[in-house]
Amino acid sequence: MLVALALPLSGGEAAVGWRDAASVWPLMAPLVGVCAWLGWRGGVGAGQAGILVLAVAVGTMGALALLNEQAVAGRAASGFWLYILALWVAVWRGIDGIARFRSLDVRAQRLVNLVVPAAFGLWLIFLWEVVTVGFGVPQVLLPAPSMVADRFGGSLDILWADFRQTFLKAVIAGYVMGCGAGFVVAVLVDRVPFLQRGLLPLGNLVSALPIVGVAPIMVMWFGFDWPSKAAVVVIMTFFPMLVNTVTGLAAAGALERDLMRSYGAGYWPTLVKLRLPAALPFIFNALKINSTLALIGAIVAEFFGTPIVGMGFRISTEVGRLNVDMVWAEIALAALAGSTFYGLVALGERVTTFWHPSFRMQR
Amino acid sequence: MAMQEQSTVENDPKAGPLVVDVRDLSLTFKTSDGPVHALSDVNLQIEEGDFVSFIGPSGCGKTTMLRVIADLEQPTGGHITVNGVSPSQARMDRSYGYVFQASALYPWRNILRNVTLPLEIMGVPAAERRTRARRYLALVNLEGFEKKFPWQLSGGMQQRVSIARALCFEPALLLMDEPFGALDEIVRDHLNEQLLRLWEKTGKTVVFVTHSIPEAVFLSTKIIVMSPRPGRVIDVIDNDLPRRRTLDLRETPEFLKVAHRVRQGLRAGHSYDD
Repeated sequence: MLVALALPLSGGEAAVGWRDAASVWPLMAPLVGVCAWLGWRGGVGAGQAGILVLAVAVGTMGALALLNEQAVAGRAASGFWLYILALWVAVWRGIDGIARFRSLDVRAQRLVNLVVPAAFGLWLIFLWEVVTVGFGVPQVLLPAPSMVADRFGGSLDILWADFRQTFLKAVIAGYVMGCGAGFVVAVLVDRVPFLQRGLLPLGNLVSALPIVGVAPIMVMWFGFDWPSKAAVVVIMTFFPMLVNTVTGLAAAGALERDLMRSYGAGYWPTLVKLRLPAALPFIFNALKINSTLALIGAIVAEFFGTPIVGMGFRISTEVGRLNVDMVWAEIALAALAGSTFYGLVALGERVTTFWHPSFRMQR
Repeated sequence: MAMQEQSTVENDPKAGPLVVDVRDLSLTFKTSDGPVHALSDVNLQIEEGDFVSFIGPSGCGKTTMLRVIADLEQPTGGHITVNGVSPSQARMDRSYGYVFQASALYPWRNILRNVTLPLEIMGVPAAERRTRARRYLALVNLEGFEKKFPWQLSGGMQQRVSIARALCFEPALLLMDEPFGALDEIVRDHLNEQLLRLWEKTGKTVVFVTHSIPEAVFLSTKIIVMSPRPGRVIDVIDNDLPRRRTLDLRETPEFLKVAHRVRQGLRAGHSYDD
């Protein structure tokens, strides 16, 4: 293993020798040396793995500097790619070492659980940057992350306006209304048996409606501004909530129900004290599914008529103007907003359904 | 019918008030394979302070009988009173506590709040709920576990919590459906002894379902032997062993004599069936 780690690294050093010495190489060689040296000593322990990852991080800086200063951009040769490959192996070993880290200290473990995906994500972005710049990929096909980041930082005001229009208005309003209505109807369906036979199949029908067909109609009904997008979100989120809550309300066990019956408990105490808590994992499932569906729905709905603000509007117009970096900036914004939203819902789930077998180990 | 009942009660000299009175009770389940006779012509009188065990092989209707008493199952024929009223009235009066085969504790409530659950439903004020729950948790030797969650306790402890939960609203009658069936024998012996102490302390009427002969003989003042398909009572054994019992009792000839009679009853029920 150690040899496997060391070989590509020294290969990288050898590749350096082939090329004509440039001013950046001396700067990078020591970093590579550190990697190799650590590799020889065995980067298996978590601490050593951490140092290795740090060294790689410095190494990636070198690669980025090389891309910028040496005009390697678009003309990177085998030595450069070998170096990237060596970094790859090193980062693999490093992350692997960290991922294996197990601690009884909950905080340390939690930190490590954060570091691993973060390091991995950063590495992917680095690869993306290196490949797009190194091969000189046309920016219309795939802009480099640095370009996207530049554009993101440079147009914060536009992004904020889009975010407010699409997310804070349409998504939140639609999400709350859709999930709320789905929940209320589910409780009704559960209470009134004929609804279960009559309404549930109809709900199925609604969920099968294609969003691109519904969106223009909603725009006609509710106008160009955010209410029509909220309506699309309501249609998208209603059904997952309905189905999951109905299933969840049936999830309480026979024994637990008999217990409530033996206390002479009526419908409401049974609902509040037994069936809703038992349904919570299902309800949160729907909330999580809907948190991503809602954003998709609102963005797509904006393709069908909107005031000149909004994430979907921006994407559709900037694609037409070949401003792909702006499109990517919006995508990044959507990803950020979507995963934050999802994360908040997941956090709420963890707090309220701590008792569920899937969370018990963490207490 | 009502007159007749009245006379039987009065004619029995040693009878206390009847807590459960069952006359010619039968219950037939309708299934797609045709009717299943779960109970047929069951007659049964349980007096206050009795510890009665139903014993029989699986499927003999002993659990069904218990569920009929608890108004969780509706009989299709015959007559039954619980605490002098119909089972459904008795259920609404909260006159029994039911301990199931599994503890049926709610995992989102801690131990204390699991025990206070029936009191919440019955509208007992919060402060009194807590003191009562603490008292009954102490009675089943579970002080200090109030803040734990059910899944953090062993199976035997969970079942003790469920007993405390059934007792905390002070019902006249305690119905127990194979409460220790899922536990290993060592824990079961221990809990049997604890249950006897508890019964002595509280003086409750207990109806207990089991398929363990030693358990039935050790615990009961009266053993009702049942046979399957259709569920019938084939023997009622008054167990005259002293009320104060320890596990050593199970080695004595008197104990073995009662156990032998139970076993014979069970065997007779089976030969009848096959």
